[in-house]
Amino acid sequence: MIELWHGLTKAIELIVSLDAEVVEIVGRTLRISGTSCILASLISLPLGSLIHFRQFRGKRVLINIIQTLFSVPTVIVGLFVFVLFSRAGPLGELGILFTPTVMVIGQMILITPILLGLIISALSGVSKEIVETATSLGASGFQLVLVVIEEAKYAVFAALILGFGRAMSELGCAMMVGGNIRGFTRVMTTAISLATTKGELEIALALGMILLFLALIINIALNRLQQR
Amino acid sequence: MKPLHSIIEVVDLNHSYGERTILQGLSLSIGKGEVFALIGPTGAGKTTLLRIIDLLEAPGSGEIYFDGKCIPRSGKQRLEIRRRMSFIHQKPQVFNSSVYDNVACGLKWRGEKKNRVAEKVDHTLEMVGLESYRHRNARTLSGGEAQRVALARSLVLEPEVLLLDEPTANLDPVSTAKIEQLISYVAGQRNTTMIMATHDMSQGQQLADRIGVLIDGRLVQTGNADHIFRSPLNEEVANFVGMENIIEGVITANSEGVATIVIPAQAGISTIQAVSDYPVGEEVYACVRPEDITLALSSTLSSARNSFSAKVTRVTSFGPLSRVEMTPVCHSRASGNLPLSSPRKRESQGQDCGFRLVALVTKISAEELNLQEGRQVYASFKATGVHLINKVAGLQ
Repeated sequence: MIELWHGLTKAIELIVSLDAEVVEIVGRTLRISGTSCILASLISLPLGSLIHFRQFRGKRVLINIIQTLFSVPTVIVGLFVFVLFSRAGPLGELGILFTPTVMVIGQMILITPILLGLIISALSGVSKEIVETATSLGASGFQLVLVVIEEAKYAVFAALILGFGRAMSELGCAMMVGGNIRGFTRVMTTAISLATTKGELEIALALGMILLFLALIINIALNRLQQR
Repeated sequence: MKPLHSIIEVVDLNHSYGERTILQGLSLSIGKGEVFALIGPTGAGKTTLLRIIDLLEAPGSGEIYFDGKCIPRSGKQRLEIRRRMSFIHQKPQVFNSSVYDNVACGLKWRGEKKNRVAEKVDHTLEMVGLESYRHRNARTLSGGEAQRVALARSLVLEPEVLLLDEPTANLDPVSTAKIEQLISYVAGQRNTTMIMATHDMSQGQQLADRIGVLIDGRLVQTGNADHIFRSPLNEEVANFVGMENIIEGVITANSEGVATIVIPAQAGISTIQAVSDYPVGEEVYACVRPEDITLALSSTLSSARNSFSAKVTRVTSFGPLSRVEMTPVCHSRASGNLPLSSPRKRESQGQDCGFRLVALVTKISAEELNLQEGRQVYASFKATGVHLINKVAGLQ
């Protein structure tokens, strides 16, 4: 108990004094997760719109599959990306395993189904009447798509925030494909994991508190959006 | 009656959703600049007809002509034609953006230049009285205001044809009056063709040049308001246009255009006189508008051909009017329309005539006559106030 208390005070000290290593790790985490989230949304927005607006056979099944992938374990994605980019793997020649780039790719694969699924349901949330009203007012097919996305923008934005949160807080994939290299691929979750096993509870607690704090900010933002 | 140049013409339209038939064999021609009201009960197919005219859906079968050209069932031409019309839906749907952006969207989609858009939107917002709401989010507006945004959004496009689906349903009287005022202003100033669905007959009467009655997917009767309200073609239309008194009978005599209709009842007979050319023997419905029935406490004052002694069964007030339900009492030996000398005597011998009368009087006169349940009154109406419907035609 005393140890925990000691760790907590040390952690607060680290945060308040803007400890160089802590700042660096937090910065890298935000950069990697932010990039993967932006890339995933660049894929998910057009693809999600396409799935929502087109009628095709197996649409229901496809959406079910996407929703199942919401809960894919991070280590499975990690394993998949590892195999893909390992020396002997099909993309091994790129030599990007254990770099931030491959971590971005891994997190992107991890959160794309979430973004896709949530974007599709956000677009479905736009009422039929709104679509008809726009049609009556003379919107062309493409203009209709823009109207629907515009109407769903808050729900779409909420999806992006949720995806970002998941990318930032996952450990399995970042550890397996990033390798937790100090000053290069070490992010918050991998740093917490390592520090804990090494017994450096202060730094683990400090990072954990920052991670929780970020999660809190994300949740507040999400709540604000949902109240609109 | 038929306009020379029709802007919209639908020919033999049939439509169904699954098993349910919505429209059957509907043909209609709307002239340029005409204001046409489509009236009919809920579920008659008014909305579906408007949707088909706005090319939101293709009919099961039948053709639509716009400005003389037949519209294909699919393809780019539909968008071009749709852009010459505008549809105001029953429930106003505003986009989640500012009032200005809501009104501007149609113009933007048509590729209008930015400064022209601003000019037109400002002018239209002023017209509907929403200029101070420009920057407000349209979702925060009240129902009446949202409907005005929807109207502005359509009017700003200066459509050749404006389709309105129950534009004032669920609105308070003040908002309704505002919307009606705008509609008649636009009809008068811009010569816009309008097709308006409504279940409010007085609205149709007030705003439209011509009225069509849609019942169960069939256009039963078209004509001007007076014609439809006074001379409904069949019982359904009569019911819908507020002919609350519909009495079945047989014509037994017709002298110089005044027909005598006998109403069969268990306890004796009563007769009604009506101006009509129907021959003797015809089975008819005699229709009397409730506002055409006058009530009095003594029978001598009335010069009307039809007069019944009646017992008030119910009085309900709404606004400045009172609706009086009565059961006429007939004398078993005399014909019912002959006033008897002593009402008291009548009371003791009176029998139920087998029909009911409903009269609409002002609240003040209802109070003056002290109308209440059980009260004895004289209900009278003129022979010209009775409209006869051929029973066979009514069954069609």
